[in-house]
Amino acid sequence: MNLTTPLGDEVLDLRAGDRVTLSGTIYTARDEAHMRMMEEGIPFDPEGAAVYHCGPVVQDGRLVVAGPTTSARMNRLSGFLIDAGVRALIGKGGMGQEVVEQLRGRAVYLALTGGCAALAADRMHLSGVYFEDLGMAEAVWIIEADHLPLTVGIDAHGGDLFRAVREKAKTQFHQRFNIKQDTVS
Amino acid sequence: MMVNPADTTISGALADATERALREAEIRLPPDVLAVLRRATAAERDAIARQELGNILENIALAEERQVPICQDTGVPVVYLTLPPDIGLSPGLFEGVREGVRRATAAIPLRPNVVDPLTRENTNDNTGAGMPAVHVTPGDRLTVTVLPKGAGSENVSRIGMLLPSQAAEIPRFVAETMLLAGGKPCPPVILGVGIGGTFDVAAALAKEALLLPVDTMDDYEQELCDAVNALGIGPMGLGGDTTALSVKVKRAGCHTASLPVAVNVQCWASRRATVEVKR
Repeated sequence: MNLTTPLGDEVLDLRAGDRVTLSGTIYTARDEAHMRMMEEGIPFDPEGAAVYHCGPVVQDGRLVVAGPTTSARMNRLSGFLIDAGVRALIGKGGMGQEVVEQLRGRAVYLALTGGCAALAADRMHLSGVYFEDLGMAEAVWIIEADHLPLTVGIDAHGGDLFRAVREKAKTQFHQRFNIKQDTVS
Repeated sequence: MMVNPADTTISGALADATERALREAEIRLPPDVLAVLRRATAAERDAIARQELGNILENIALAEERQVPICQDTGVPVVYLTLPPDIGLSPGLFEGVREGVRRATAAIPLRPNVVDPLTRENTNDNTGAGMPAVHVTPGDRLTVTVLPKGAGSENVSRIGMLLPSQAAEIPRFVAETMLLAGGKPCPPVILGVGIGGTFDVAAALAKEALLLPVDTMDDYEQELCDAVNALGIGPMGLGGDTTALSVKVKRAGCHTASLPVAVNVQCWASRRATVEVKR
């Protein structure tokens, strides 16, 4: 299934584990950009938008590499985007339970393979930038994506593939090493 | 600093070699790493995991085709030198390595990752106080080996000062490291495990283990690898058979009352390259 931004209610049909591609305009944002947007407002139209957790390497107005960064750093910084109408967060590693709840009935989290920076750049081109003063990694880059290959990590119904895998791993660990009490934090 | 002419020559040659090694490491994975990735992709049973591994293999091919770094976290350089008997240890050697790192950062380009640990001020050239770390050992030839290390995997590495009675618990400690890490270090990972030595030696051994070829494991390494893969964390923490591609172990003698164990976690982009310095 190919999704195209701006996104609408079609994201509500997705289920954790579904594989999709995404095309259209997406916006990069890391920690600093989220904090700036909370203070000064969102510089793009957030309705149906997709926000990509990414700090690319840009050279001469061109994306050199643009792989996903760890999304969990934005756990406490994402609610305002979803409230404003953002329909997809894209990144790696999944997000916390608070975000799972914020996404419910509204938006999804899409996982892009970590480290696949050349692949991501191959499916994207740069079309603009906001907050360039934040520096290369932290600026909000406007990117046109073409069939970015993604996995639905967290759906709009509380389904969280990362959590399911973590819980299974914990069970496996306890069984293999005969651990009765939960000694792992 | 006074630098004699011979030293300047070696320093310059070492800068060239360091830059070449970094370019090679950042853009192309070593053949043994590619081999274990391909092997894992062929054996993987989970559909999502297969797509993740397919993306990784496609990314590796694209990086080489476009001559760009494999990952945007181009890491911090960890450098190993071997010195032949006729070359003494001198400040020029270290300066040569630093110059090579600076040039590689501008030319490839690499993301400037090195900052002051407390002020977080970026030096913008991937050098800093004590950085890059340079490890020197005697050898037959003058070689420079680079291991650019990303933060996602480094951040979940662990060291445990186990008791001498806990040798049988090492597989549990290693598996627990990945249980705690989950998808954060961009699995499938390669684990470097250092057993023995002192607190610091165990950590150094764990990193050196990441320089070993990963396409063969002895029985003990295989046991550790199986324990990790039983967790089912899978590529990127999305589930699957492939959590660790390989586990490599290095050992050192230790105090009779100690059992240090260090696990250095390395993402699938296990980047390393060695260049011999031309003289």
